[in-house]
Amino acid sequence: MTGPQPPRPAPVIDVRAATKSYGRGAASVHALRGVDLTIESGEYVAIMGSSGSGKSTLMNLLGCLDVPTSGRYLLDGLDVGRLDERQLALVRNRRIGFVFQSFNLIPRTSALAQVELPLSYAGVRARERRRRALAALELVGLADRTDHAPNELSGGQQQRVALARALVTAPALLLADEPTGNLDSHSTADVLGILDRLHDAGRTIVIITHEDEVAARAERVLRLVDGLVVGDHRRTRTPASTSASGAPPRPVPLDEGARR
Amino acid sequence: MNPVEVLRFAVLGLAANKIRTALTMLGVLIGVGAVILLVAVGNGSSKSVQESIQRLGTNLLTVSHTAGGGRFGAAGQGSALKDLTPDDAQALVDKTSAPHVRSAAPVQTTSQSITYAGQSVTVSQIVGTTPDWFDTTNHDLARGSLFGTEDVTARRKVAVLGSTTVENVFGTEDAIDKEILIGGIPFRVAGVLRTKGGNGAADSDDTIVMPVTTMRDSLTGYGSLSSIAIRATSAADTVLAQDEVTSILNNRHRITGSAQSDFRITNQQSLLSANDEADKTFTVLLAAVAAISLLVGGIGITNIMLVTVAERTREIGIRKAIGAPRGAILGQFLAESTLLSVLGGGLGVAAGLFAARFEVVGIKPVVVPSSVLGSFAVSVAIGLFFGGYPAARAAALRPIEALRHE
Repeated sequence: MTGPQPPRPAPVIDVRAATKSYGRGAASVHALRGVDLTIESGEYVAIMGSSGSGKSTLMNLLGCLDVPTSGRYLLDGLDVGRLDERQLALVRNRRIGFVFQSFNLIPRTSALAQVELPLSYAGVRARERRRRALAALELVGLADRTDHAPNELSGGQQQRVALARALVTAPALLLADEPTGNLDSHSTADVLGILDRLHDAGRTIVIITHEDEVAARAERVLRLVDGLVVGDHRRTRTPASTSASGAPPRPVPLDEGARR
Repeated sequence: MNPVEVLRFAVLGLAANKIRTALTMLGVLIGVGAVILLVAVGNGSSKSVQESIQRLGTNLLTVSHTAGGGRFGAAGQGSALKDLTPDDAQALVDKTSAPHVRSAAPVQTTSQSITYAGQSVTVSQIVGTTPDWFDTTNHDLARGSLFGTEDVTARRKVAVLGSTTVENVFGTEDAIDKEILIGGIPFRVAGVLRTKGGNGAADSDDTIVMPVTTMRDSLTGYGSLSSIAIRATSAADTVLAQDEVTSILNNRHRITGSAQSDFRITNQQSLLSANDEADKTFTVLLAAVAAISLLVGGIGITNIMLVTVAERTREIGIRKAIGAPRGAILGQFLAESTLLSVLGGGLGVAAGLFAARFEVVGIKPVVVPSSVLGSFAVSVAIGLFFGGYPAARAAALRPIEALRHE
């Protein structure tokens, strides 16, 4: 993991000349046309772009849900293109937490079971699994909704369950694909508040959005147009945005349950 | 993922759609149950026929007179066919020339109406024979006494009645030493036979047995005997006994080639094996019908698993996105289909065994253990095999493909 210069670890995300096209021949669509992207550990990055700009395609590559047509993707210095199916499952399970716009919870399954699921696949024992899942649910403020199935939860609560599920394995990288796209303003504030606190705790976060208000929380904003990165702005966040985030009044220590 | 986890996911998956699960299991249940029950029915019918033949005695041989072509038809060829006589029967009991014949009895049959106390009853079979007949054909005495050798030589008018005949003629009255009229001639009832049980069409208990001499004197006259009943020393010796009987009768009737033969020997053993053959065909046919229904049940499982996988492709995508290895997905769906078929098959075994306790169209089913094991194993194998295919397809999907599936 450490390169030739020990004080500087490999970037969490290192994408080199990645392209992705769908279909073949004249009918093929180029979603990504050669993206170079480096994201260091602890960064909070927003990716913006109009629909069809390739931002979701990029996100799927970053989350190891899809493979690039050409180019390389190094996650924590590890070349993902060389991994087999089993190793990819491990990477998705241990290193990446993914939050979707449409929540993607498993139907007819309680919140607690949803959050325990990644730990089940990781082979964590039942007692430990339950402890960590409860801690993750508490972190997102849903300690009192553990037995509720997705259809018994509001959109905001469902997205927070999804967040807890993404966090429970303590991944280095949290990817969120328009996590607030289907939420009202109050729930949006809840979710963004949680992301802010995760960032403060040192978690690397990449978020896709087309809302400026959401992008304003990030310290770095990338703009994608027609499958190419056209803008990369860094800024320091204003303290005001943090306090206005609508975070729960009592601060929850992030290391509890989320970190291994 | 340990096996308990996999099983838990499978149970949750099945419980999520109870009606579909129940219908699929019903398909397997009917298939397995049908195999068990139909094979049991086939086996039961074969068993009951065998038992009724065995009740007569498998070491029983019957020599019957070939009346076809008879004395008159074959007269032109000059080969006068000889009658079967009581002396023929006597000659067969010979320790030196027929060591495998235990006993032999002449049988003369007729049908007469009998009268008692002014009431007339028809008896299906009246047998004239010697005392050896009772032992030869496995008839036991229930009450009174049998007639003896001196009754035969003295041509006494005594009769032994079958249990059905006694009931028809006397009802609840005691029959012993009563006088009945057979063909207008008075006979004394000496004894009553033990109930033997019917073997299908004819009631073998509706019978009257009397000395052969008496019958030939007063009822039938002195033609050929109807047959000679022979008991071999054991079931294994029937073939030897048959050969000995053939050579003795050939000798007595001066028969040199089989073409001239005026008698025919049938043995229960050959009847038994002929029946066995027919019953095997019957059972195989039934089993084939049942196997088809089992196969249809299996196709039902495959269909349901394909639908389930298609419907839950998104869920599979979610599971893969949060790091489910291929084995876990495969295991979950395989466990679901196996659980379906094991539960369905188990219930089918229970249903089949339960249904086999009742008589089906007059046949008492006899369960064949191998059909129980076989059909259960086949149902589980169908679950594994036909469930495995859709499961493998689901597990091989890339997460993003599965997630985009609507």
